[in-house]
Formats: sequence, structure tokens, C-alpha cells
Amino acid sequence: MTNVNAGPTPEQLLDMYEKMLLIRGVEKQLSADFKAGQLPGAVHLYVGQEAVAVGMCEHLDDTDWITGTHRGHGHYLAKGGDPRPMLAEIYGKSNGICKGMGGSMHVADFSKGILGANGIVGGGLAITAGAALAAKLDGEGQVAVCFFGDGAANQGVFMETLNTSTLWGLPMIFMCEHNTYSEFSPTDTVTAGELADRARAFGMPTTVVDGNDVTEVWKAAGEAVARARNGDGPSFIEAKTYRIHGHIEAEVHFLSSTYRDEKEIEEWRQRDPIDRLRAQLLSSDVADEAQLAEIESRVDELVEASEQFAQTGEPASEKLVFDLMSVTP
Amino acid sequence: MAKKRYMQAINEALFEEMERDPKVILYGEDVEISMFGDTTGLLDRFGRDRIWNSPICEATLTGMAVGAAAAGYRVVLHMMFSNFIYTGFDAIANQMAKLRLMTGGQVKLPITVLAGYGAGSSNAAQHSDTPYPVLMNVGGLRVAVPATPADAKGLLKEAIRGDVPTFFLEATGRGGEQGEVPDEDYTTPFGVASVPREGTDVTIVSMGTMVKPAITAAAKLSEEGIEAEVVDCRTLVPLDEDSIIRSVEKTGHVVVVDEARDRCSAASQIAAVIADKAFPALKAPVKRVTVPDVSMPYAPNAEHAVLPDANSIVSTVQAMLSGS
Repeated sequence: MTNVNAGPTPEQLLDMYEKMLLIRGVEKQLSADFKAGQLPGAVHLYVGQEAVAVGMCEHLDDTDWITGTHRGHGHYLAKGGDPRPMLAEIYGKSNGICKGMGGSMHVADFSKGILGANGIVGGGLAITAGAALAAKLDGEGQVAVCFFGDGAANQGVFMETLNTSTLWGLPMIFMCEHNTYSEFSPTDTVTAGELADRARAFGMPTTVVDGNDVTEVWKAAGEAVARARNGDGPSFIEAKTYRIHGHIEAEVHFLSSTYRDEKEIEEWRQRDPIDRLRAQLLSSDVADEAQLAEIESRVDELVEASEQFAQTGEPASEKLVFDLMSVTP
Repeated sequence: MAKKRYMQAINEALFEEMERDPKVILYGEDVEISMFGDTTGLLDRFGRDRIWNSPICEATLTGMAVGAAAAGYRVVLHMMFSNFIYTGFDAIANQMAKLRLMTGGQVKLPITVLAGYGAGSSNAAQHSDTPYPVLMNVGGLRVAVPATPADAKGLLKEAIRGDVPTFFLEATGRGGEQGEVPDEDYTTPFGVASVPREGTDVTIVSMGTMVKPAITAAAKLSEEGIEAEVVDCRTLVPLDEDSIIRSVEKTGHVVVVDEARDRCSAASQIAAVIADKAFPALKAPVKRVTVPDVSMPYAPNAEHAVLPDANSIVSTVQAMLSGS
């Protein structure tokens, strides 16, 4: 078992750097694709929050389960999902990970334990509890992690799953990404009190971390995952972070006014999780410029290959809709 | 064959399927003590790793069923009264029904949801609904409404063995009624109606709680020389349209009886199917005997006034055949 007090190893730090870069690269590509009018549907981008998914998933295996949010590309990629079929999915192609049937808000790869992004705010909470229940019954030390936002913490099902998972000692981790906005509303205008207090009320181990510091996320996640694997029940982590892009890329086209100022966004850009990790890797001599440049060019190539894979895919099957919704085996 | 009560047949199906497959688990509100008697004794036999009480939190119970089924279990979720389905409806409509499509077929969801439905016992508006129309409309869900002990057992075993999320709605008001149940292991296929009574003059299409009043009505009509054929849909999704059409083509007259509220009911769907596919055979417009678009009142007289029964079926058939 990982000793979290010692912090991530150099290999783990470099792996996390590469994963965070991949998420950033894919999201930037999708932002450009959206602007170019190439995507059929909406995309909610994870730029700025990469350390949360990556710091958590570094502790997980393919046999562990996660659920994501509508802002779910980062969770999928952090858990080891392949970016090529993910991009194809967002393009609505038959070579998409869900054959073009789900799109951006539903990217899933069950072979990697990715139960899916989810278009319903809070929709993953009970699904994760169910997967954690299965893991507990299987008794093989698997865990289930729910990524959800501060907005989802206002859903009733949050209280229900805090209660049920604690009561039944489920190997579940509540990974709350407090990204400061609930869609277009500042969180403090829609949320009373501290989110962590809600979990604390159930006697659940609770940690609040800087979500833009991947090492801090990694440490809290490691402790929570270890507790769950040991049969010591659920944990709650709140990662304070910030959504650099809008709620959806299309918002500039339909919102009649802005809802946050550039200065605030710029302040959070100064705390960019990838820049911070890069500086840390260099200052602690984990890597030099040449090594980082090699990782960066490898990520660039993968993003380009993924874009190519998506754009050259065949259109989705129209018949498949009926096959998959059939109620007669 | 042996005579068994409806709830006893359901209980036997649960015992047999949990015995047959260790991946079958069952949870829900008060399933250990069992309000309706359908889960009685399961805890003693299988223990709390297989069956246990849950908190009263339907939004979580339905969502957990999705997660546990996706992770490899065969989930039987007991929701007690079918009105409580509404409280858990998000995960039903947004996750359970859609996840297979949204994931491109990566997941199968072997989930059976049990709930008692129907009025007639002064349980008032929030414990008396017939909720299958909304479930039929969601898509991707199977809906079973067994009327007899034999069908209840066979359809429940089929539901649990299947890989499609299925709502198994129990006619709790008929829970004590007896019927012949085969001794051997058997399942009853979905999408196959039965014809509990044959006739030549009029077809009465019915389901679940309404099958018995339909049969009673047919017996009364027979005394007047009117031979009614009763069709029991048994499952509403999938619906055995062929059997309904075949009967209508034989009789030329049809009344559809349904305990759901009239607007967008199972009866209105069946009436539309008949209009589409058997119009040339019809000698009169299709009639529906349903609950009006009201919530169920508490007072016994007021409740019975809005529920279909044998008398309202008989008078509807009489009016149809007399051309009035």
C-alpha cells in the first residue's frame, strides 16, 4: 500500500503530470473544435480542475469504479480511458466509446471501471453507492469513487447516500469538486454552510484540500482509498478549485451578460494546477526541461491522433438505437 | 399443480431465484419483516448479505440498483407502494432506462423492481396509484402486471433472470386470492397475453387488478346471452398486440379495462393500437373503462365510485352492443 505521508514518487508525479496535460490538451482541442462548429452537441470543459481527477485516480485500478459528472472528460481520462474513442464519441461517431449514443455527457468505459459521466447533477452519487455495495459484497477490496460538484451537494440524494454509505460501511469516496460555480450561479448564492460539515454530521472522515495542488489531492485521496480498501467505510473530500472555462462552451452565444469578472478568472489562472506541478517537478529535480518537453510532445501527438481518429470515424448507426432500447431479448 | 395465494406464489419465486443464483440480492424498505408477505422468510434462509432493510430513501435505492447491477449483481428492489416509485423516479427515468443506450451497450441492468399497486382499500391518494402509464412511456423498461398466482410466479422468475430493467407491479388487493400454480420450475414469457375466457361477441382487454372484474363481467353478460372474450395482457411492455388484434378481429367489439387514470393510460395505448391495426374489423368505436382523471379519494363510497368494476364493464358492453 502506498505510504501517502511520503508523498508521490517521482514516477507517480510524472505520470500525473502527463495525465493532467492530456486532459488539458483534449479540452483545449474540444474548445477549438466547438468554436469551429465541428461538434454536434454541448461540451462542459474541465480546464483548471485536472488535479482533482488525476490526484484521485492515481490510486485506482481498472477494477475500481468511478462515476463522473457532466464535466466528465477529465474523470474518464484520469481513470485511464482512451482519448481516441472519447473524442470520437463527442463527435457522435460509430467508433466512439459509446458508439455515438451518449456523447460528451455520457463517456464511459466499463472495462476501465468508468461507469460514466452523467448529465444529471448528482446522478452519479447513488450509482456509485450501488457499485460500492457490489464491491463490498464481492469482498475483493475494490472501491467506488463519485466525482460530483458543489452544485450536486445541494441535491437530496447527497444526504441520502451519505447516510446509506455510512450505515452500510460501503467502500465509497465522495470526491466533491467545489469549482466555485453551480452552472451560472456563484456557489455562495445557492449553498448554505460548509459542504464538509454535511459529511461530518454523519461521522464520516472528512478532508478539505486545495484542489489545484495535485500532491495535496493525492494525499487525501490515498488516505480515503486506503480506508475504503480496508473495509473502514466511506470518506468525503472537498477539493477547492475553479472552473476556468464557462459552464458550457456555447454560453457566450446565449447569455445576455457575463456572470464573473476577468480578474477573478485571472487570479485562478495564477494558481493553475499544471503550471504549479511543472514548477515543482523542475525545482525538486524530478525532471529537467528536456524530459518535460518529451512528455509534452507525446501528449500533443496523442491529442492530434485522437482528433484524427474522431474526425475520420463513420457516422453512428441509426439502427443501434432500437437494438439497445429493445425490451425483448 | 397446487392452489396457492398470489403473494405466496411471489414469495416462492423469490426463494427459488435466490436459491438458483447467488448474485440475486434483494433490498428495500422493511423487506425483512415484509409488509405484503412477499419477502417473508427470505432473511432466515439467505441472511443479510442477500436481503436486508434499507433506509427510506427511494432516490438512492433506485440509483443504487443501477450501480449494483452494472457491477454484476441481479438486483431485486422492493419499493413497497408503487406511489413511492415517483420519489425514486430520477434514477429510473434518467439512469436505469437510458444507461444501456448511453453507454453504447456496454452495460446490462438486471433489475427487478417490486411494488404493490391499486386502489380499493381506502389507502387514499398517495398509496393507491396505478403508475404503469408513466413507466410504459419512459422506454427501455419492461412492465409486468400479473393477475393470477401462476402468472405472478412465472413472470417474476422471468424478470429476475432477464437483463432488462423490469417493473413487477403486484396487485396487492388480490394478494390473498388463490389459484393453481405448477409444481415444476417454470417461467412465463413477457409479451404473451392469455385468454382466460373465450367468446365471440365482444373482447374485454384487461390487465392486473382488472382481470378479475373483467371475468366476472363476462359471466354476467353470458347470462344475457352475450359471450365476451377476456384477454389478460399480463405484460404491458412488451405488449402482445397480436393476441389483442386477433380477438378483436373475431368479435368486432372491444372494451379496454384499466385501473390507471384515463388520460394516456394503458387502455388509451391499447385503443390506439386497435384503431391502427384492426380498424376494418371494428363494428363500433373502441370503449375504455378506466379511472377518471382524478386522484383516489379515501372514503370507501367515493373510491368505489371512480374505480372500474364488473358492473361498469357490463353496462359499457351492453351500451356498445345495443348501439346506444
